[in-house]
Amino acid sequence: MDIITSYKPLAAVLAALAGAILVLLSRRHPNIRESWSFLAAMVMLGIIVSMVPDVAPAPYGRGLSLHQTVFYILPGVSLSFRADAFSMVFGLSGSFLWAITVFYSAGYMRGLKEHAQTRFNACFALTLFGAMGVAFADNFFTLYLFYEVVSICTYPLVAHHQDEEGYTGGRKYIVYLTTAAKGLILPAMILVYVLTGTLDFAHNSQQGIFGADMGGVLITIMYACCILGFAKNGVMPLHSWLPGAMVAPTPVSALLHAVAVVTVGVFCTTRVMLYVFGTDLMTRLNLGLPTAYFVSFTILMASVIALSKDNLKARLAYSTVSQLSYIILGVSLLTVDGIHGGVAHMANHAFAKITLFFCAGAVFVMTHKKNISEMSGLGRTMPITFAAFAVASLSMIGAPPVAGFVTKWKLLTGAMEMPAYSAGILAVLMLSTLLNVAYFAPVTFKAFFGKRPTGEIETGVKEAPMTMVVPIMVAAVISVYLGLFPDTIMTFVKAVTG
Amino acid sequence: MDFLSMNTLGFPILTLLIFLPLAGAAVVPLTGNDNISRLWTLLVTMVNAALSLLLYFNFSPDSAKFQFAEHYQWISAFNIHYTLGVDGISLLLILLTTLIMPLCVLASWKYITSRVKEFMVCLLIMETAMLGVFMALDLVLFYILWETMLIPMFLMIAVWGGPRKTYASIKFFIYTLAGSVFLLVAIVALFIHQGTFSIPELMGQQYSPQFQLLVFLAFFIAFAIKVPMFPFHTWLPAAHVEAPTAGSVILASVLLKMGTYGFLRFCLPITPGATIYLMPALQWLSVAAILYGGFTALAQQDMKKLIAYSSVGHMGFVTLGIFSLNASGLEGALLQMINHGITTGALFLCVGMVYERNHSRELSDAAGLGRFMPVFVTFLTFFSLSSLAFPGTNSFIGEFMILAGAFENNKILAAFAIPGAILAATYMLRMLQRVIWGGTSNPDHSKLWDLKLRETITLAPLLVFVFWIGLYPEPFLRVIRASLGNLLLQTGYAVP
Repeated sequence: MDIITSYKPLAAVLAALAGAILVLLSRRHPNIRESWSFLAAMVMLGIIVSMVPDVAPAPYGRGLSLHQTVFYILPGVSLSFRADAFSMVFGLSGSFLWAITVFYSAGYMRGLKEHAQTRFNACFALTLFGAMGVAFADNFFTLYLFYEVVSICTYPLVAHHQDEEGYTGGRKYIVYLTTAAKGLILPAMILVYVLTGTLDFAHNSQQGIFGADMGGVLITIMYACCILGFAKNGVMPLHSWLPGAMVAPTPVSALLHAVAVVTVGVFCTTRVMLYVFGTDLMTRLNLGLPTAYFVSFTILMASVIALSKDNLKARLAYSTVSQLSYIILGVSLLTVDGIHGGVAHMANHAFAKITLFFCAGAVFVMTHKKNISEMSGLGRTMPITFAAFAVASLSMIGAPPVAGFVTKWKLLTGAMEMPAYSAGILAVLMLSTLLNVAYFAPVTFKAFFGKRPTGEIETGVKEAPMTMVVPIMVAAVISVYLGLFPDTIMTFVKAVTG
Repeated sequence: MDFLSMNTLGFPILTLLIFLPLAGAAVVPLTGNDNISRLWTLLVTMVNAALSLLLYFNFSPDSAKFQFAEHYQWISAFNIHYTLGVDGISLLLILLTTLIMPLCVLASWKYITSRVKEFMVCLLIMETAMLGVFMALDLVLFYILWETMLIPMFLMIAVWGGPRKTYASIKFFIYTLAGSVFLLVAIVALFIHQGTFSIPELMGQQYSPQFQLLVFLAFFIAFAIKVPMFPFHTWLPAAHVEAPTAGSVILASVLLKMGTYGFLRFCLPITPGATIYLMPALQWLSVAAILYGGFTALAQQDMKKLIAYSSVGHMGFVTLGIFSLNASGLEGALLQMINHGITTGALFLCVGMVYERNHSRELSDAAGLGRFMPVFVTFLTFFSLSSLAFPGTNSFIGEFMILAGAFENNKILAAFAIPGAILAATYMLRMLQRVIWGGTSNPDHSKLWDLKLRETITLAPLLVFVFWIGLYPEPFLRVIRASLGNLLLQTGYAVP
């Protein structure tokens, strides 16, 4: 892969920062303020799209990797950015989803007359600043820096309501994330530096940065630290910040679960797995399969917990915990299809999950209902919302022709490509699919075919405001599009394994 | 005298830096009213700060020698000289001192209302003594200036301090004086042994292990109290809480560095054998300080106490770096000394600003300030993030290098320091959460005003350094490398 210098990755990251500053400056004019958010999102998306011809592999593009070093900090440590195929998967989906979330949150926040909207918008933009910084980080230090930026900037969003519940959720959120990062990632990063003298990522997903002669025990310890330490990836047992953060306003939940926070978590995890350790080393030290079984527990357990939740957002939260581990599972299979499935799921999951949260938010704005049991029959009142919900759940389940099917297909073939022991992984994938059906299907079914709760009458079609419905439709349509034309994402995904 | 590189600037810059504040102090009583004396002090400290920049720009970073040196006979009967010099170890500390002093004057502008002239005299004498300590290359000169620091600091706490000022000032005095006695013992012992007070001449000599051990321990007690290392730290919270803002800032930013500076200047080069012999114990003591400081800070309700205990933890990182005895650890430790000076100084300034408005340092009284003082909490947020070693800020670089050094040296031990980093994040974020947001019901702050221009100017330069060092530390690391490399050679410690 050829490397050229380009300011574009840096510019994409800075677009969000500039957006945040402009939002703060125009706090007295709500319309201008939201325009800045949207403008920043569009500028960012524009810059990222403009990198596609350079980064996309042949025959679509030139297959380059764009680099920009901003500061040299220590020998082997710098603040630098890169755009390669792997970062584009997250960069494209994240920036696109930010743009539609800006619309949606304007509708949601104004619909509910929420307080402190300027702070909300500014923190939102700062979170995207962090998320894109992670996407385009060229080394472990830059990755860690922006990972922490995301942690800090999302705290005010999680605790937004400033009530007892908000503070409790916020405290749990920040304690889990910063403790894991400081306690596990920081020492792992320092050890990597001490052992190799550099924190730069490798330029392909096989080699890694360790020499062939380095001790296996120490590397295994560092590897375990990285899997657990990026606690935003929701892997059990450090997952419970995620349901706790459900107290946040719904656009935040959407942001947390789809665009920024959790995707940042799995992106960091997989980035480090592939570009610090590398598949060669993971194969040599047999790190793949134990990881796969370790996250399998999360996949199954979280699905079972999701079954028991009546609160829609809580059910979606546990679904997120479960789905995120698919991504790590895919990569840890260490087969070409497995890695493809896992990486592609970052985008596929993002589009589907944001649709689901948008729907939950639309329902809440219109009816103030949070529980699934109260929503029976509601599909007849809000048909577009629940149709989108149905499409997105199909994606989560992995049914064609929605994007999640591509993931599941790749994961299954990836598991079968494994030299041995794949039966267990196949069983996990099957079982979790059934569980997905079990907790998603009833929601849609009851909404369309269930009886209204006693005391309510049919009101005819009464959808949420257009600022909310349009983003919902866009996100759902894209999920279908990615299912029908998976190459949009898969082009980049395939370049990851070269 | 081949370790001295004589001053070629055409004027004795070091002497000028030391005695300019003293001369300024002599003029203060002649100034008409309090405002003029404030302005005069500000002027003197700013001129001194500008002057000290000459040091940085004329410093040759490739040389480990003492530069800008001045060397005169003083008391020939005892072979005492007036020797001054600056190397990579002291250069940044001198710059830190001259940077902090004008900010201290600004911070005392409204805070000190009684005996203003006396306070300004104290500040200026303090500056003379502190700069002298960093520049002195003769043990007697060093000792005199070291003791001189004690008096103005004692007065600052005892006269302008809070309700328990008598207790705090006497405790501070006794602790520090007790340490100084041991320092004197070490100095006399070295003189009897070698017949010289010249610090550079005493370095790199062959002393017997017993002699080294005794001298080391004497030095160690003096400096460990000053740092303060666990378990010699108990004077610190009391002194910090009672001292006026400027006193706390000087104490945190500069005085604590005297101890670690002493380790670098005396313990490592003069008694390397004893340092290496005691290295494991010193490292564990550092880790104990890191953890103890962290846990205790977590329990504080008083913001000044919280920051004081956080200092114990942060200085634990510094000593951990020093006693890792490798390039990464030493460079990180020296950089972290500067970082701690900047960040903790700034945090004390912030608390002082809250106290001036609210007349309380309790966290519960400061809850929810964010709504009414947005500019203030922005500063506070950045300084707190720096304090918890957020990546991209100055302390992260220092902590990273220290931990890299520690991991290189002893992986198990370094792993024990990691919880200290977690604790730092926990207590700083807890303080931030309380001050910015508070709880569901907060005290009424609607009468409080946001930062005035003077206060913004006080904090802004420190914020610049937080990010400058955090993102581009090379200009700072460049000047310290040669001297620390030389120091490492003098200790002769090879990684086992």
